[in-house]
Amino acid sequence: MKITDMTAVQLSAAIKVGKATAVEAAEAVLSQIEREDKKYNCYVTVDREGALAQAKSVQEQIEAGTLTGPLAGVPVALKDNLCTEGLLTTCSSKILHNFVPTYTAAAVKNLKKAGAVILGKTNMDEFAMGSTTETSAYGPTKNPRNPEHVPGGSSGGSAAAVAAGECIYAIGSDTGGSIRQPASYCGVVGMKPTYGTVSRYGLIAYGSSLDQIGPLTKDVSDCATVLEVLASHDEKDSTSVARDDTDFTSALTEDVAGLRIGIPNDYLGEGLDGEVKTAVLQAAEALEKKGAIVERFDLSLVDYAIPAYYTIAAAEASSNLERFDGIKYGYRAKEYEGLHNMYKKSRSEGFGEEVKRRIMLGSFVLSSGYYDAYYLKALKVKALIKKAFDEAFAKYDIILGPVAPTTAPKLGESLTDPIQMYLGDIYTIAVNLAGLPGISVPCGQDGKGLPIGLQMIGDCFQEKKLIRAAYTYELCEKKF
Amino acid sequence: MANIISDETIEYVGILAKLELSDGEREQAKSDMGRMLDYIDKLGELDTTDVEPMSHVFPVQNVFREDVVTNGDDREQLLSNAPQEKNGMFMAPKTFE
Repeated sequence: MKITDMTAVQLSAAIKVGKATAVEAAEAVLSQIEREDKKYNCYVTVDREGALAQAKSVQEQIEAGTLTGPLAGVPVALKDNLCTEGLLTTCSSKILHNFVPTYTAAAVKNLKKAGAVILGKTNMDEFAMGSTTETSAYGPTKNPRNPEHVPGGSSGGSAAAVAAGECIYAIGSDTGGSIRQPASYCGVVGMKPTYGTVSRYGLIAYGSSLDQIGPLTKDVSDCATVLEVLASHDEKDSTSVARDDTDFTSALTEDVAGLRIGIPNDYLGEGLDGEVKTAVLQAAEALEKKGAIVERFDLSLVDYAIPAYYTIAAAEASSNLERFDGIKYGYRAKEYEGLHNMYKKSRSEGFGEEVKRRIMLGSFVLSSGYYDAYYLKALKVKALIKKAFDEAFAKYDIILGPVAPTTAPKLGESLTDPIQMYLGDIYTIAVNLAGLPGISVPCGQDGKGLPIGLQMIGDCFQEKKLIRAAYTYELCEKKF
Repeated sequence: MANIISDETIEYVGILAKLELSDGEREQAKSDMGRMLDYIDKLGELDTTDVEPMSHVFPVQNVFREDVVTNGDDREQLLSNAPQEKNGMFMAPKTFE
């Protein structure tokens, strides 16, 4: 088996028994990047020398017996909104075109401790605002399954890199579906854990109450393995939750007997592509055959999730992105008159269209006179949405549905109508509002050969149920 | 479109957001924001009387710790990201004459 075709678990096992070395693994993946990335543009930055140096050091530690974990020596790609000390971190924005962080994100530190070899930084929608990776200041990423189509977003570079064999696994962030949707479009596994499970320290903030870091991998075993390493309590992130149940790999068992699965009728209605619907219902049937109890139900409030989300996310973004002022780091306009004009010009020239659109909307909904009518109203609707999920999880262990209404659209078709693009997030977005864990697993392809994703949503802290169901489903698929 | 964004409103938002828009961008922003607000107005259909606004899903509290410096002196590295620096400080344009 070629190294670039291996999963992380397979590769680390091969390295452990001496069938491969961490250096050979890094070299194999780096040459894949060299060959393929001109076509797909998965990466903003490839750190060839750094990766080879890390691989050499990790290999020595593996041989010395000090690194024994299941990610030791395995090359990983990081979304470009994760701070990496000494390595360019752009958020795919012009405003951070030259930003070199002085510290490393907590989640990345956890990976490094486990012996991960960092290949570089992947392309994304600018500041994670977008669903296609086309709002990047460094050109769009293309879907390796069909390069005329988008990879999804905002973690599109990470998902595409996994699908193209340009890394063994990747890390993304999910504010409204930004891990699950690109995973679905590219035919890989992606998971957003419960809010607070992975430290956000060093993740460049978009919507702080919604952002979570998570894995994009080739299969469910890798997903559980990577999440187990990412998760940790961190006093530098005040929303970090101390959990003692993050041994996610213990849930890799083939067992869904008696598991109660609910499919919201609201997730199968108007706007859902027929082929996607068929594939998702077939997946539910496969789980039913394995002993799960599958039912349809009405979740309610689904149509209110998108307007509530865009109000809250834009409000938080407008506040979080105030720090980009042309003084401490990043882009400063060449010509300006005085301090305030410098702020305005640097920001106007440094931010792209979608980012400016959301900053303006956010500033408006927080402004005096409109705060109650928009921002506060959205927070109240968020409370109602959370309650609807609480009621659903009183009856079901897992909510099952599609990740997105369609498969990957063609490049250039999405950005002309922002609201139309936002509607594509309808099945993923409520999960972030309610802080829930969600997983995206490939469940077939449409007539054009584009991958379809199955989404499973769990109650807070119930990742293990999702992993168990996803693992069981994956095993049924492999037997076909 | 139910929400008509006036020139004054978009000017005010520009001040809050610290963004300077060209004439073309301004017209686009007015129409985009109007459409977004029309869409967000959908939330008004829901009765939220007596609903507590939820900013965090979990009941998060202030997290306190001792104020102890744990990082080293990284002034040089921090300043190396600044567009302009002088004598170990960030340099900003003149704010008064």
